[in-house]
Amino acid sequence: MNLFYLISAVCFILGLKRLSHPKTARSGNFLAALGMLIAIAATLASSDVLDLQLIAIGVGVGAVIGLLFATRVQMTEMPQMVAIFNGLGGAASALVASSEFFKIDDLSFIICLSVFIGTLTFSGSFIAFGKLQGIVSGRAVTFKGQQALNALIFATIVVLISVNNLEVMSAYNIFYLVVILAFILGIGLTIPIGGADMPVVISLLNSYSGIAAAATGFLIDNQALIISGSLVGASGLILTNIMCKGMNRSLANVIFGAVGAETSDGSSGDGKEMNIKSYSTTEAAMILDAAEKVIIVPGYGLAVAQAQHVAREVADNLEAKGKKVLYAIHPVAGRMPGHMNVLLAEANVSYDLLKDLDEINPEFEDCDVALILGANDVVNPAARHDQSSPIYGMPILDVDKSRTVIINKRSMNPGFAGVQNELFGYDNSIMVFGDAKDMLNDLLKEIKEL
Amino acid sequence: MDVNLITIFILAIFVGNEVINKVPPTLHTPLMSGSNAISGIAIVGALLAISTDGQISTYLGLAALICATINVVGGFLVTDRMLKMFKKK
Repeated sequence: MNLFYLISAVCFILGLKRLSHPKTARSGNFLAALGMLIAIAATLASSDVLDLQLIAIGVGVGAVIGLLFATRVQMTEMPQMVAIFNGLGGAASALVASSEFFKIDDLSFIICLSVFIGTLTFSGSFIAFGKLQGIVSGRAVTFKGQQALNALIFATIVVLISVNNLEVMSAYNIFYLVVILAFILGIGLTIPIGGADMPVVISLLNSYSGIAAAATGFLIDNQALIISGSLVGASGLILTNIMCKGMNRSLANVIFGAVGAETSDGSSGDGKEMNIKSYSTTEAAMILDAAEKVIIVPGYGLAVAQAQHVAREVADNLEAKGKKVLYAIHPVAGRMPGHMNVLLAEANVSYDLLKDLDEINPEFEDCDVALILGANDVVNPAARHDQSSPIYGMPILDVDKSRTVIINKRSMNPGFAGVQNELFGYDNSIMVFGDAKDMLNDLLKEIKEL
Repeated sequence: MDVNLITIFILAIFVGNEVINKVPPTLHTPLMSGSNAISGIAIVGALLAISTDGQISTYLGLAALICATINVVGGFLVTDRMLKMFKKK
């Protein structure tokens, strides 16, 4: 029995190891799926009291829903999808722990802990989903005393969990209270976090879903859950850390900082007049035509406009004219780790052209045109020198070092952090306004005609 | 809590750290969805929970089983769909 769980754990580890290269990644995912199959088969074979009819119903319903999700979701919606899956993972762990509670009719520390982490992951993930989907405001939602309230709820839960047999309260009441408070805390911790900080939150919730599974593993004495849960927990924490570094902010600052809460108090211009040069796509096409090396910088705006395919077509046409085209991917571009890479892979861009921050920054020095598509804060040079800027210290893409910077934006609205981007006023910057997809379609036509 | 289980827990975190640190940024999204599918291992707990006596426990187990199966099936499939797209020309 445990031997099979060990085999499946080895499959998970080897599977994750193979994810370290695009060539082997697919087989790695397959290996992990095989490990899961072994664990499920071993569980089914080990017990003779299984209710096979109910199991068939549960697996059938879940498999159909999972299949529909996986085949229907668009690549631009992948952050929402991951958020939902995180939430369901948390819910599954919390439900297993709840089931155990009603079975043994006794509330232990570990039941409370599993239920707490699982429920928190569930409600937090669904708020994150709502924000990504636009159902809940994507901006940071804050109110006075919010952090104090969260701290109070957390403290109450800690007390309830550690003293899980109060004389004044029945085990059931404590259990229900933990569920309700954990649910509220999940909402309370996620709602003040704005759109651009989503990569951190998604990674963190990913980690929670793993930790919840591990906690449930302790509860039902199952090594498979503990090993897999801690692998996922570690994975989520690593990604969280990378995302925080990408923004030069601590995790505490992301969770409690609520950047971008207020953007309309008029402080964004900071008095300096900028000389904005608005160009047509015809002019932009001519500049690109004269270039030898072009670096495309995608951001969330590209995903919103679903412009990844036409961006690749533009790149193909430039390459056909003998130009070198690369892509610069900032760690926190988009709404989750690797968001831009998946979009561009969908559009058939070769993955070796996608360069991360450290790799691409030296390339801007001899770059003729940096083409910025829907990115803003990650290319704001103020991060390098303006200590009063909220994004000061964040590592940015050095696009301003290129000969010409072409920036596509829908309007002059400031970016997420609420700061006006001084890059737009630079001598070597030109703006081409419009929706990324429409603009690129026009640009494509112009490039073909040249 | 069993010390053996805590040992396994801690060692697995170290293994996870070593393995996942080597995943390049390009594959971070598939890593998330793939590891998400792995956290669907709670399905093992759900399978055991569904077969216990007591109505409430069984129904909670069934709910857990549905959630975990969505996670497992959806997670691995969507990861495969993404990884299929990563090509080098």
